[in-house]
Amino acid sequence: MEITVSVNGKPERRDVEPRLLLCYFLRDVLGLTGTHVGCETSLCGACTVLVDGKAVKSCTRLAVQCDGQEVTTIEGLARNGELHPMQAAFREHHGLQCGFCTPGMILAAVDLVDSGEARDETAVRHGLEGNLCRCTGYQNIVTAVLEAAGSSS
Amino acid sequence: MIPTSFDYVAPESLDEAVALLQKHGDDAKVLTGGQSLIPLLRLRLARPGVVVDLRKLSDLGRIESAGEALEIGAAATHAEVMNSAAALEKCPLLSETAGEIGDVQVRNTGTIGGSLVHADPAADWPAAMLALGATMVLSGPQGERAVAAEDFFVGLLESAAQPGEILTGIRVTVPRQPAARAYRKLAQSASGFALAGAAVQLALDGDTIAEARIGITGVAEHAYRPREVEAALTGGALDASSVETACASAAEGVEVLEDIHAGAAYRGHLASVLTKRAVLAAIERAHGHAS
Ligand SMILES: Cc1cc2nc3c(=O)[nH]c(=O)nc-3n(C[C@H](O)[C@H](O)[C@H](O)COP(=O)(O)OP(=O)(O)OC[C@H]3O[C@@H](n4cnc5c(N)ncnc54)[C@H](O)[C@@H]3O)c2cc1C
Ligand code: FES
Ligand code: FES
Repeated sequence: MEITVSVNGKPERRDVEPRLLLCYFLRDVLGLTGTHVGCETSLCGACTVLVDGKAVKSCTRLAVQCDGQEVTTIEGLARNGELHPMQAAFREHHGLQCGFCTPGMILAAVDLVDSGEARDETAVRHGLEGNLCRCTGYQNIVTAVLEAAGSSS
Repeated sequence: MIPTSFDYVAPESLDEAVALLQKHGDDAKVLTGGQSLIPLLRLRLARPGVVVDLRKLSDLGRIESAGEALEIGAAATHAEVMNSAAALEKCPLLSETAGEIGDVQVRNTGTIGGSLVHADPAADWPAAMLALGATMVLSGPQGERAVAAEDFFVGLLESAAQPGEILTGIRVTVPRQPAARAYRKLAQSASGFALAGAAVQLALDGDTIAEARIGITGVAEHAYRPREVEAALTGGALDASSVETACASAAEGVEVLEDIHAGAAYRGHLASVLTKRAVLAAIERAHGHAS
């Protein structure tokens, strides 16, 4: 089935099987391997991308559901070689170690800040419940998100 | 982890969707948020030949205030209900319940209608629907019919929606005032689903409870109203010990579920404790003090 999805601002027209998950459309069809697949059971959040600006788990969405929609992956955040403020805050505050959870974590955090939900530490921790990290213990992630929230408001 | 092949259709109208379901019968599956269906497709526990996606039926996503009622489109996402000004003003139990579901990503995608039809025994919405006395509106080949929440949850993963029927909306009557409400849940920490949860909607009259409606989820094969508790609370006082006594029978007469996360005795106990906490939280919110 033919679909057109705007991915990081670029319209991508492809013929895909209806059963293709969005995460594999991004990784295998478009070669955007920044979207990681961790659990593939909707639990870890590593595969989080933005669809029409909202954080969703791309392992729990069909590519065909995104026909006509806008998808933002981690590759689409930096502008003209400059890191997005959320990426910069993660780097500054050591919000990552192995980096596996990071693309999903950053996109979930971007949605959180954009929707005005990153009010305080409790709200950020609650807002990132859908994203698991095996390395950092979360503390530095929360610090990074709070800083990015402060600098963008 | 790869679903079996299926055809995918996104009809432009409700009539077209109903006709597609009629044509394909058991081979068709409705898709809204996919937060329950896609995991089942991946595990091949669901193997539909045709998936009918309702995403183009934009009317199904509306949340509207109509006099003394609130009409919630079945395809409204949990996040849309949570953030709806009309829901917050007229029926805040809806906003509170929505905020307790899963995580941000699930709330951004999953829909109230999908959750109700899926009828997971540990889902949050069924408890609120029972406490609010909501009505489910279904469309099928024979036209429209309305089903009361109490008749809607009929078994484990089984709702009154028949194959071929589409849940189009949920009608909620604005609760009798002065009202008090709360939802209390103990979440299974990995999935976020309720080990047990109690939604409470009260009408207050000075220092007594004039009316109590409660929905309990996570405890039995499907959400239920603990009638004995409701009766014991009605006309009763607002103090903690009266409430605790009234809530003791929250799992009475119910066949309590048991699994690796919680045994039956524990779950039954949770039903009473969470009901008590919800009732007291509701009263405290309404009166600004814990009595
Ligand atoms: C990680 C995770 C955590 C979760 N945590 C919670 C939680 O804490 N509490 C909770 O309550 N839920 C939780 N859920 C479930 C979530 O709420 C789902 O969104 C919901 O159960 C299904 O809604 P959906 O729109 O995604 O439906 P879908 O997955 O699209 O459909 C579900 C079922 O309903 C049918 N259906 C859907 N819409 C209609 C309709 N309008 N008419 C007729 N049939 C229809 C489909 O055919 C399918 O059988 C969680 C899910 C995930 C993935
Ligand atoms: S890979 Fe999608 S949630 Fe884990
Ligand atoms: S940095 Fe390794 S999983 Fe989060």
